Amino acid sequence: MSSAPQLDIDHIAKLARLALTPAEKATFAQQLGEVLHHIEQLSKVDVTGVEPTAHASPVFNVWQADVAQPGLSVADALRNAPAQRDHMIAVPKVVE
Amino acid sequence: MKLCDPSVPSVTTTLATSSPKSVYEAVIGLEVHVQIKTQSKMFTRVAAGYGHEPNTLTDPVVLALPGALPVMNKAALDAIIKAGLLLGCEIAPVCKWDRKNYFYPDSPKNYQISQYDQPICVGGAVEIELPGSARNVMGEHKKIPLTRIHLEEDVGKLNHGATDSLVDYNRAGTPLMEIVSDPAMHSAEEAYAYLSSIRATMIYGGISDCDMEKGQLRCDANISIRPVGATHLGTKVELKNLNSISFVRDGIDHEIKRQIAVVERGGTLVQETRDYDGQTGTSQSLRSKEMAHDYRYFPDPDLMPVKVDAEWKARLQAECPELPFAKQRRFVERYQLPYSLTSVLVWDRALADYFEEAATLAGPGKAQAVGNWIVNDLLRELAAAHLTLATSKIRPAHIAALVQLVDAGTVLTHAAKEIFIEMAATGDLPDVIADRKGLKAAPTDPNELETWCRDSIATGAKAVAEFKSGKDSAINALKGPVMKAAKGKANPKLVDETLRRLLAAM
Amino acid sequence: MPSALHFRTIADLAAALDAKQLTSVELTQAVIARTQAVEPRIHAFNSFDASDALAQAAASDARRAAGQARGALDGIPIGLKDVIAVTGQPLTASSKMLQNFVSPYDATVTTKLKQAGAVLWGRLNCDEFAMGSSTENSAFGPTGNPWDTTRVPGGSSGGSSAALAAGEAIATLGSDTGGSIRQPAALCGVVGLKPSYGLVSRYGLIAFASSLDQIGPFARTVEDAAIVLGAIAGHDERDSTSFKTEIPDYRAALTTHRGPWKLGIPKEYFADGLDPEIAASVEQAIAFYKAQGCEIREVSLPHTAYCLDTYYVIATAEASSNLGRYDGIRYGHRSTAAKDAVDLYAQSRAEGFGPEVKRRIILGTYVLSSGYYDAYYLRAQKVRTLIRQDFLHAFRDVDALLTPTSPVPAFKLGEKADPLSLYLCDIYTIGVNLAGLPAISVPCGFTKSGLPIGAQLIGQPFQESNLLAIAHAYEQAHEWSGKYPAL
Ligand SMILES: [Mg+2]
Ligand SMILES: [Zn+2]
Repeated sequence: MSSAPQLDIDHIAKLARLALTPAEKATFAQQLGEVLHHIEQLSKVDVTGVEPTAHASPVFNVWQADVAQPGLSVADALRNAPAQRDHMIAVPKVVE
Repeated sequence: MKLCDPSVPSVTTTLATSSPKSVYEAVIGLEVHVQIKTQSKMFTRVAAGYGHEPNTLTDPVVLALPGALPVMNKAALDAIIKAGLLLGCEIAPVCKWDRKNYFYPDSPKNYQISQYDQPICVGGAVEIELPGSARNVMGEHKKIPLTRIHLEEDVGKLNHGATDSLVDYNRAGTPLMEIVSDPAMHSAEEAYAYLSSIRATMIYGGISDCDMEKGQLRCDANISIRPVGATHLGTKVELKNLNSISFVRDGIDHEIKRQIAVVERGGTLVQETRDYDGQTGTSQSLRSKEMAHDYRYFPDPDLMPVKVDAEWKARLQAECPELPFAKQRRFVERYQLPYSLTSVLVWDRALADYFEEAATLAGPGKAQAVGNWIVNDLLRELAAAHLTLATSKIRPAHIAALVQLVDAGTVLTHAAKEIFIEMAATGDLPDVIADRKGLKAAPTDPNELETWCRDSIATGAKAVAEFKSGKDSAINALKGPVMKAAKGKANPKLVDETLRRLLAAM
Repeated sequence: MPSALHFRTIADLAAALDAKQLTSVELTQAVIARTQAVEPRIHAFNSFDASDALAQAAASDARRAAGQARGALDGIPIGLKDVIAVTGQPLTASSKMLQNFVSPYDATVTTKLKQAGAVLWGRLNCDEFAMGSSTENSAFGPTGNPWDTTRVPGGSSGGSSAALAAGEAIATLGSDTGGSIRQPAALCGVVGLKPSYGLVSRYGLIAFASSLDQIGPFARTVEDAAIVLGAIAGHDERDSTSFKTEIPDYRAALTTHRGPWKLGIPKEYFADGLDPEIAASVEQAIAFYKAQGCEIREVSLPHTAYCLDTYYVIATAEASSNLGRYDGIRYGHRSTAAKDAVDLYAQSRAEGFGPEVKRRIILGTYVLSSGYYDAYYLRAQKVRTLIRQDFLHAFRDVDALLTPTSPVPAFKLGEKADPLSLYLCDIYTIGVNLAGLPAISVPCGFTKSGLPIGAQLIGQPFQESNLLAIAHAYEQAHEWSGKYPAL
């Protein structure tokens, strides 16, 4: 984090599954460059021996007993589906 | 583009035997996914199950609706800790959940909740047995070291149509264990034995039914070859969809041969994922997966970490059953059973329990007879009648009683076989059947029996001499005339005793 | 108290309902009428269903007539930010992505409000997926500030603060990830409470940044905020991050918890960039507490300078993953332009998300990507530890911290075009989310041009009773809550 970050916007957009226009890519690259430059500040903090915080108030072993409860009806499960057939979500053919 | 390679024939022999001049050794690691048998899903309480109508086992969490949140299933945690204990893993005192981010239609959140750098089970090993020189000869045993076992959630199922794919999310969110071995296997046979052993262990522990047809046990293999004696690892190929236990063996064998063929042609192996088609015995490269993945793992902020204390571990340890190989060793030692019987009895926990119950009821010295009845007669009967141990009318007490009747000489072998068939049909006890059908050896007058025995000894000088010179089995030749005189109804045990008494007095 | 029903408080209306001076239907009708009158100028709502609200009100009146009223919220119209799920109602997060989404389930807070008898009223506008500080990032157009409709109401819960300030609801719920309740409360002159992380269930709240998000109330008074908090707080089996703690009677605590308190003034919060009029108002609030006998101490939160960066790394990282589910497969916007299954994701998300959401997804994806995780996300989590320690350290000496809520009053729509300048609006509120603390914004005056100013009180974890009592003491001595925008 010592040098200015190189944001490969094409690669990141691909990872994030966002089809950005060339104009968006240019704008975001410039804006996020500034934000990342600001974030560079974090490298100044001495974090030696500091534990990361994942939860503000951590507790352990939060679970439920294995008792099945009713879920959604098929109608409710699919009511927002953009495309469906035979009670399943339809998507363009997936080639693996 | 698909890179089909039908030129490489499917083979089922091992590397060593099929390529005698080969200077290569295969290095194989397996990633085995085991569905945990629970009532509800891994992170929500809608029912888990197989074979239901599409999308009937969903809820906001399964479908990743906006706002839905995961909550751990305690039973799934119990199950994986138990699996870890059974395989000798170290159970991490603290573990956490991570998100593995990737987009795919079967993955509702487009991330899978899994465990990245803090799996719940670390290390351990799977004991395997390789095939022996013959069916009734024990093969070599090995321990295949494990890297880790972690807990995660299953994805939905894609059904491919002509122009579209249809997604059913019933399976999505089912608790899934991923068992990762070290790259420590060297043949398809070892991989096959490894998978068989894991399967038996999971079924024994009540952790999974491991039905590969239902996708409850799935296997991916990482395979590379290297010159024998080398210590580096060669270019690794990941073989996917080895979705039946025999495909595992065939697919790995095929891949090893393919790799050797490529190298011997002067070609270069590429790191790739290949899909094995068990029907055609061919594999093809999954080009789309070649793009390097960046899963962007990070700790799931929606879930709290898990802390496993000694008490929890001890509670599960107490529930851990004896595993098949340990049971086999004990059966040999305690019941003096031959390998041919133990190798059948121990792989099915119910069958092994059935045997032990019958052997205990029958009493000392009768275990092998009990084992023979179970392995030779009962299993055949169950298969023929399409029954299971649980549905059969023949209970351990029946087997024990039958063995005792035979042992006491009360019924003869051919009569016992008849009694067995009648037991299977009626569930009546052997004693009752023997009486009803008149199958008991007739009560014999001791004086009359002694006369027949003396006659037999008098006319069987050769057998007597052989017996006297130490050949114990020679006594059998003296029994024939006695039985003949008794019209086949003499108590064989009494005949034996009488002959021995008379011979000893000579 | 004003005579207009739509400007009255829950406490006051509940008393009138109980005394049979008023019915919930009458109250709800008044709120609907007010909404219809001012909504063209405010645009606080993404949608509302008047007949559904009246049916809920009628049911409440029937309960009350049968002597089965469920408490102070029974029959009170409460608006919900459009990130909280209600069965059968739209849930859009102000995004084109969810424009046609109808929730098949209730959020836990929704269930709790229904159990309390509240009249659930409308879906309130916000920044898309709660990302923003001005409500200008809504796919359905911005919300105007009732005090000056050419200005922003703050954000992301700007619809919630504006609707309340304009008399379009009696109380509202918002969500706060980095200040999204407190900052719009300050900019609209209402009370906004962000509870301790884990006090209110997040189940059914559209996630922005899971480790920071909390649902909380907007209310006209601290007492009203205490009433709503009491109804929505509490452990939920369906949210693993929900805390197991007794829920006290927050309303009763307003009078049982008495000062004088020790208040800390974090010196880093009064530095460059703070509007002088806001500084002066907050100074007066400090002077008030001092006059009441409270001990005022300057405290230091030395890692304050790193809050913004820490926040943007953690929040965008979590968001990039949380928003993965919006892919047009099971629900949501699906592109018709896609050439195959892979492209379907990229096109649907490109069409469905607005620019700020895309920016944050890109940033969050980047900081988690291979080779950068340790430098950004892991490091930010460690700095987060230091930030939390700063607060806990300060709380060894004081009961609460007093700060400005926002460095600036309501700014003009379109004024802050570049993301970074907008991000800086949250500098006083972000640390609280990183540390998981409760904090409240209370009105503390007006600028000379008549724009509301808010003061922020930050409390110790799960000490909402104390925090509310401290805020209540100030509010009772000031007239701010009695002022309403002229619309
Ligand atoms: Mg894997
Ligand atoms: Zn896996």
